[in-house]
Amino acid sequence: MGLIAELIKGLRVTGGTMLRTIAGSGLVTTEYPKEMRVKPQRFHGRHVLNRYPDGMEKCIGCELCAGACPADCIYVRGMDNDPEAPTSPGERFGYVYEINMLRCIFCGLCVEACPTEAITMTHLFEFSTTNREDAVYTKETLLMERDGTVPHMFPDDELADLGELDTADGWLRATAPSGVAAYEGTLMWQGTPGPADWAPEPTQEERDRRSGEGETDG
Amino acid sequence: MSGAEFWIVVLRVVLTFGLLLLVTLLNVWAERKILADMQSRIGPKRAGPFGILQTVADGLKLFFKEAVTPRKVELGMYLLAPFLAVVPAFLIFMMVPWGKPLTIGGNELALQGADLNIGLLFILAMSSLAVYSVVLAGWSSGSKYPLLGGVRATAQAISYEAAMGLAMVAVVMFTATQGDGGTLSLAEIVNRQAGTWGDVIPALEPILRFVPRWNLFPQIVAFVIFFVAIVAETNRAPFDLVEAEQEIVGFHTEYSGMRFAMFFLAEYVNIFSMCAIAATLFLGGWNGPTFDGSVPGFVSALLPTVWFLAKTYFLVFIFFWIRATLPRLRYDQLMQVGWKRLIPAALGWLVVSAAVISFRQFGSPWS
Repeated sequence: MGLIAELIKGLRVTGGTMLRTIAGSGLVTTEYPKEMRVKPQRFHGRHVLNRYPDGMEKCIGCELCAGACPADCIYVRGMDNDPEAPTSPGERFGYVYEINMLRCIFCGLCVEACPTEAITMTHLFEFSTTNREDAVYTKETLLMERDGTVPHMFPDDELADLGELDTADGWLRATAPSGVAAYEGTLMWQGTPGPADWAPEPTQEERDRRSGEGETDG
Repeated sequence: MSGAEFWIVVLRVVLTFGLLLLVTLLNVWAERKILADMQSRIGPKRAGPFGILQTVADGLKLFFKEAVTPRKVELGMYLLAPFLAVVPAFLIFMMVPWGKPLTIGGNELALQGADLNIGLLFILAMSSLAVYSVVLAGWSSGSKYPLLGGVRATAQAISYEAAMGLAMVAVVMFTATQGDGGTLSLAEIVNRQAGTWGDVIPALEPILRFVPRWNLFPQIVAFVIFFVAIVAETNRAPFDLVEAEQEIVGFHTEYSGMRFAMFFLAEYVNIFSMCAIAATLFLGGWNGPTFDGSVPGFVSALLPTVWFLAKTYFLVFIFFWIRATLPRLRYDQLMQVGWKRLIPAALGWLVVSAAVISFRQFGSPWS
């Protein structure tokens, strides 16, 4: 008898869900691609190589991203800047920059490793290709234009949402340098890739000093 | 056989076959849609209005796919198995009366594939034959997972067919008391369920006037046993161990293209015909109010078919509902439910109804 009661209980759950769905509420799926769901702010999508506001490339060709990559999908070769017409403000710049998107696991460790915030991730996740060569993204595709827009692999595609490339993930600020992740809604969340326009976070020293004075810090 | 009679037989078979194909197309779509609703999803929506043509699209896709033949198969049996699945599935439904006999130009057109006087036995025979397709497909594939599926099918079919047959026997015994002698013809079983229980038991007429004379009410236990058994017989959740996708993929692992589509088709045809048989045996088949005189003639001629489909689809819906609700049984649980619960219950019910029937017919043995 207990089993029968359990059976009826279960049938009530599924039947109730069906009535609710027919009434048009509680749907958990959307009609992709007609209808896109809002992606979380820290969504790990395609990478982009950023520039400074003056047009200089941020990448200094240090290869730390390639070293941090657990999937071994990043290939970087640095080159000395031409002193007359430098590509990046530093000594060197990323001459070759390739990411094999078939190997990439979108963990974001490259973003974390980058000392100049040159590589960040966007919200673009639709980049299937019809051959393996196209899946290796070169600097040509990854690097943003001088005006801050990001090139799309298939801009004419029906599904292409160029806005996704302008949305950086929140990883950049949320994990650096204090490690506090409570920045949602403040200026520190930067909507677009590119130069940061937020005030620097307090350093560890400063935080220690302040908490020593009895102030509480989130 | 005169020409008109011949063409009427052809028409009967073609109509039944067409109806079955049509409802099967709808069934696959309906199952996907209902499951989606029960899981808060949207379900098929693109092909046709409400995605109703989804099955056609899927069928066309399967039709044009390559039917791969693995190297290790036992070729003859491997090729035969899909047909062994489809043919009994269609033959079972041929027995089911799906509407009131029509009279066209002096000729009577029974809406039923064929009215065999051994209809129920034929159904039992065909549903047993259908198991062969599963076993042979599993064995001839030359691969271990299909073989496991085939072995499971053997045990499952034997256990649940017994319960199903015993539940049918109770109904046949009861039907024999409701008219002139016993019968195994489904058309006759439906005829004996016409009217209401008020006509049979005049003492309780005011109450029973609105209770249709279905076998369901006196044979409710048999109905429950029969329903559980047909869920197992058609290899549906929670008894779908034969094709448990998550564990062994199923007896049709090595089938692709149209050959796979035939197993798929047979499964859904079986669901519908088994529910149709349950509706015929217990829910009065096509019996129902026809409003003769107050509505146009063709409406009252078609209404019985509507009642039949409504009853059948109610049961089909319960199939889907159960599938969306219950997890799959473990193998020992399956055997336990079959041998320790269903068969004793069916036997017990058989004894009880036999005792009641003989008491009503011959009086108490001590008098």
